[in-house]
Amino acid sequence: MAKYLLKRIFYLLLTLFIVITVTFFLMKLLPGTPLQNQQKLSPTEQHLILKQYGLTKPVWQQYLTYVAGVFHGNFGTSFQFSDQPVSYLISSRIGPSLLLGTQAMILGVIPGILVGALGAIKKNTWVDTSMTVISILGISIPSFVLAVLLQYFVGLKLQWFPIADWGGFAYTVLPTIALAASPFADTARFTRTEMVDVLNSDYIELARAKGLSKWGVIYHHALRNSLIPVVTIIGPLAVNIMTGSMVIENIFSIPGIGEQFVKSILTNDYPTIMAVTIVYSVMLMVVLLITDIVYGIIDPRIRISGKSN
Amino acid sequence: MQSKENILEVNHLKINFSTYAGTVKAIRDVSFNLKKGETLAIVGESGSGKTVTTRSIMGLLANNAVVTGGNVLFHGKDVLKMSQKELEALRGAKIAQIFQDPMTSLDPTMRIGRQIAEPLMVHQGVKKSKAMAQALEMMKLVGITDAENRINDYPHQFSGGMRQRIVIAIALINYPEILIADEPTTALDVTIQAQILDLMRELQDKISTSIIFITHDLGVVAGMADRVAVMYAGKIVEFGTVDEIFYNPKHPYTWGLLSSMPTLDTNSDELPSIPGTPPDLLDPPKGDAFAPRNPYALKIDTEKEPPFFKVSDTHYAATWLLHPDAPKVTPPEQIIERQKKFAKMQQQLENKKLHHKVEETEEQP
Repeated sequence: MAKYLLKRIFYLLLTLFIVITVTFFLMKLLPGTPLQNQQKLSPTEQHLILKQYGLTKPVWQQYLTYVAGVFHGNFGTSFQFSDQPVSYLISSRIGPSLLLGTQAMILGVIPGILVGALGAIKKNTWVDTSMTVISILGISIPSFVLAVLLQYFVGLKLQWFPIADWGGFAYTVLPTIALAASPFADTARFTRTEMVDVLNSDYIELARAKGLSKWGVIYHHALRNSLIPVVTIIGPLAVNIMTGSMVIENIFSIPGIGEQFVKSILTNDYPTIMAVTIVYSVMLMVVLLITDIVYGIIDPRIRISGKSN
Repeated sequence: MQSKENILEVNHLKINFSTYAGTVKAIRDVSFNLKKGETLAIVGESGSGKTVTTRSIMGLLANNAVVTGGNVLFHGKDVLKMSQKELEALRGAKIAQIFQDPMTSLDPTMRIGRQIAEPLMVHQGVKKSKAMAQALEMMKLVGITDAENRINDYPHQFSGGMRQRIVIAIALINYPEILIADEPTTALDVTIQAQILDLMRELQDKISTSIIFITHDLGVVAGMADRVAVMYAGKIVEFGTVDEIFYNPKHPYTWGLLSSMPTLDTNSDELPSIPGTPPDLLDPPKGDAFAPRNPYALKIDTEKEPPFFKVSDTHYAATWLLHPDAPKVTPPEQIIERQKKFAKMQQQLENKKLHHKVEETEEQP
């Protein structure tokens, strides 16, 4: 297991390096410069400012300087926030994003599994049909539309939760729901399909023949086997939530890194773009690593073959 | 055999399945009984209703199945009228089942010790540690080598034959009165097949369970069964002791089945087969369902279903050929050979007054 983890961490760093490289050059292809009000500055002044940030050097030299900095833990300073170190910028903003992301993941996946399983168990009944309708709605309504609807109806009309801003649990409720809707729908649909298959399998028939009760069969045999494929979609769901958070954080004015990322791109704040990309990549790869470990825990066939490798 | 009590009686069972295409009459009046300690083989081709019959005994019919008549009496109590709770208490405790494909009938995510112990924990409320000890004993009994070390392994770490032994261990852990073996060796290769059949015979002696053995392989039947019921299109067409069915078959369908089975006496290059396909049970034909495929069919076969005609106290066949007014027909050559052997066997029995079963090694594949 330790060897496996080391191997995975090595691959993680390798992937990260590739992500940094690709993002760096793509970012340089973005039009414009970090300078916002170019008309007021003379070309000489512009050149001086750019030179101060090392932006007049050839791109490959800038790249090498940046990579060297990253290896020393130096992510540079932000262009847009009066020379704040990017590391400070991120560490002060990652809290809300992580909290929202985790809440959305839990709110999406766990009820998704339960509702999906229930749909399969009560196949072709009203429970199943309403579950299908809800999940189709969850998949087809974009999170930003749901966010605005929630703001209007739950926030403004019912006044149950604050419409926007950040400051305690109540402020997280609406953005979490908006973010969780699509992962919930995906998980529910996927779990239902898997569970229907599993409930028709021979070992479920054997479990029934053993004299287990209906719920005993589901709890002891069906659920775990249905979850194996469901675990594979957790990675894509995490991506879903991360990309969703960029929009949702903007709509709800949440001081997270998603909101920061969008601002950075609009202002060509190169160091911040790079740093947020790295943070997103690391988060995604950690989720994938955890997924693979969980996979091994619930499916012994994978665990064993991992050992023999 | 007559004196033994019937532990299971199936009387005039009729089961329909409602499908999108219409109502499939899967079981059309099936009756048989099972005595304590005996092995009853139910033989027939795919779709003849063998599996549906046993599912009704377990109370495990699919949701779209409708029992339209008859009953299944286990110790006199109708299984078909039992509540879900009563059925759960029956399954895996009094009546257990072995399934066809050992590769798919074990839960891939549960350790096999736990899977074997599960029926004990469910039915007898045995504590886990004690149940696991009993599971270990059962693993040894079914011949799993190195059981102590393998009790915590998962199914994928076992071969097909070993998995079927595990499935048998699960079925027998509560010492059931009836064991339903639904083609237990079909998915296994021939050497393993023989081992599993030996094991089942051996265990039957040890724990004195009755076995309902479902198969389409007559070679397996010869070595396993005491009595045989031949099913065709949702009905039993002939039943009798294993010797009566093998050496004195009366129904043309049984003739067909036996002729298409290779024996050591088979000389020709080609095995005969039964022409045609089984009837569509959405709309079963009038009269004898086998008539369209039956070279010996009489006119009455297409008009009226034949009742059972008695051949001996233990042997009955549903064919008009046994009617006193029916014309004499000559069965296939192979069957005549068999009947000659049967006559000889009867003669020997008479002469020697021996009551042990005559070994018929030629019949084994």
